[in-house]
Amino acid sequence: MDSTIVLFLAQDGVTNGAIYALLALSLVLVFTITRVIFIPQGEFVAYGALTLAAFERGVFPMTAWFTVALGLAAFAADVIRDPAARRPRRLAKALAGDIGAPAALLLATWVAVPLKLGPLAEVPLTLAMLALLGPFLYRLVFQPLAEASVLVLLIAAVGVHLAMVGLGLLVFGAEGFRTAPLTAAMFEVGPALVSGQSLWVLGVTGGLIAALWAFFEHTLTGKALRATAVNRLGARLVGIPTTAAGRIAFALAALIGALSGVLIAPVTTVFYDTGFLTGLKGFVAAIIGGLVSYPLGAAAAILVGLVEAFASFWASTFKEVIVFTIIIPVLLWRSLRSTHVEDEE
Amino acid sequence: MTEIRSTACRGLRRVLLAAGVAAALPGAALADVTVGLIVPATGSTAALGIPAKNTAALFPETIAGEKLRVIVVDDASDPTTATTQARRLVTEEKVDVLLGSVMTGAAIAVAGVARESEVPQLSLSPIDLPAGADKWTFRMPQNVTLMAKAVIAHMRANNVKTVGFIGFSDAWGDFWLRDLKALADASGFKLVAEERYARADTSVTGQALKLLAARPDAILVGASGTAAALPQITLRERGYKGPIYQTHGAVTHDFIRIGGAAVEGAILASGPVMVADQLPEGHPVRAVASDYVTKYEAKYGANTRTQFGAHTNDAIEVLKRVVPVALKTAKPGSKEFRAALRDALENEKEIPASQGVYNFTKDDHFGLDQRGYVLLTIEKGGWKLLK
Repeated sequence: MDSTIVLFLAQDGVTNGAIYALLALSLVLVFTITRVIFIPQGEFVAYGALTLAAFERGVFPMTAWFTVALGLAAFAADVIRDPAARRPRRLAKALAGDIGAPAALLLATWVAVPLKLGPLAEVPLTLAMLALLGPFLYRLVFQPLAEASVLVLLIAAVGVHLAMVGLGLLVFGAEGFRTAPLTAAMFEVGPALVSGQSLWVLGVTGGLIAALWAFFEHTLTGKALRATAVNRLGARLVGIPTTAAGRIAFALAALIGALSGVLIAPVTTVFYDTGFLTGLKGFVAAIIGGLVSYPLGAAAAILVGLVEAFASFWASTFKEVIVFTIIIPVLLWRSLRSTHVEDEE
Repeated sequence: MTEIRSTACRGLRRVLLAAGVAAALPGAALADVTVGLIVPATGSTAALGIPAKNTAALFPETIAGEKLRVIVVDDASDPTTATTQARRLVTEEKVDVLLGSVMTGAAIAVAGVARESEVPQLSLSPIDLPAGADKWTFRMPQNVTLMAKAVIAHMRANNVKTVGFIGFSDAWGDFWLRDLKALADASGFKLVAEERYARADTSVTGQALKLLAARPDAILVGASGTAAALPQITLRERGYKGPIYQTHGAVTHDFIRIGGAAVEGAILASGPVMVADQLPEGHPVRAVASDYVTKYEAKYGANTRTQFGAHTNDAIEVLKRVVPVALKTAKPGSKEFRAALRDALENEKEIPASQGVYNFTKDDHFGLDQRGYVLLTIEKGGWKLLK
């Protein structure tokens, strides 16, 4: 093993780690605000990649219909559940958001597919469709359970995961897809060859982390989200709508998931069920960060990526085992260090 | 074909009568030949199972004058589910033959049920079973050893002295690695690197670098479906210039679609159905293979043929030969009929099908010979038969 190989592996590890970091961030985000361990995070990665791949092949992405259907369902659920939602002003607003927006996207997609407008138009459409899915899912599944225990929320999340994987198979088919790289450029940096695509991944991850930081530090909505994360009841008492916070968290998580999918689609073959394993690695990183710390989670994600890259070189047969074993010493250390608090039940 | 339970409902009495008859005769009329097809229509091997399921829609209505009843069930790529489904088919539906599964693990599970309930199984995966355990199991696909020998013969002819291996960390990868190791000494090459990866892996850079460091003359990728393209793409990206061999698991049009320019020139072992139209006139499988491909692609679109579907089709080709023989001794649905089918499978010779010519014997339940494979390469995004 020489320095060139080390550099190649490190580059590979950091690129994959950056994707895991994005997923870890959104898992932490969703968990702190809504207490949901968001297992379907990985599905957004797969949906994002496969939707873009459908655009590229000139096939109408069924994701657009899925968004419309979930929007209708969320609208109907609200009207049935909540008498306040039947007031004309709220009804008009909900109509625009739940039915108008997905329908507009459907129309835009229908126009865009045959034109083959390229990634500049197709990526935003993909991201918009999936970002809408997040809050719809939250309203349909998790909002009615908002006060339930973490375990119940986890079970609901597993249910959503299974449903989305099944639907993914139906909609995208069993075969995998790749998309064209955003750039085919290669740069020589010293002895190493750096691909333009991995620079894209790192750049977008860095930019997104900075944007999230700015959002949480400097906007009122961001501060409200943080308040909800710190103390849900307290936040409600000072007038922060916690369900709105949940919707925003899910929208962000879905958007980040879809973006990760768009970023990895050119470097690897994405199948309808690829997302789960990728999401799980993000989850390992999030756990190392204790499911509360963003910087720790992001750093751990890079570590997971590096361990994965080097494990695939030295002992490819045991790669997954090695990656998932990292979690054991962390859990041990955490349970020894922290005094045990009885669960909320 | 696939059963359609009565939907027309003219009068209550009629429905009740029908229900009574249905209750009295579970499954079907006694003389129907009942086939249970177990495929992974969902789960990790759905890409293999769906073409098999699609092929079932092309099955003939009758076989040897008897009505053919086909029941398709999904094993969800899970051996436990496959066992449950196989048991249900045997006890509830009283199937005469079990077809499937396409997935190795699930096929082994079905073989267990076939053995204990003494129902012949036509496996759609080349499974390995301990000696004697395959008394009721016959495999439609080519033995991995047969294919490995074909690949190794090509390596030998092209003066390959060192070979690197990268394959799935599952049964498919194990089979190939085992045969490669077993045949290495006798064939005069050395296995210099063996690497594994998983179907869902997003990167094989580490494995590829290690393979490159070993400088093999040729590399064999022991994987299947579109996931087999990833190592080849990575190896070519990293500048590997030697020949890359792929297994018959990789021979699908989606593999070319995903691999693009990187898979040009790859050498693949395959069943003959993939190049049915390029086979020489008079090749024993040409007629059956062309017929199947024409029918399948007319229904599902051009370039949709797969070997997994072809194996399913071949199971019916084999049944067309053995059912008439078994009918001479017993009626379908009986224990005697199933035993007669099994015997006929072992005794009938030279059964032509789309993937080769079957000659099952008492000791060989694989049944295919050198007519059951071809070597292909990829040229300008299409398959080309290697002479």
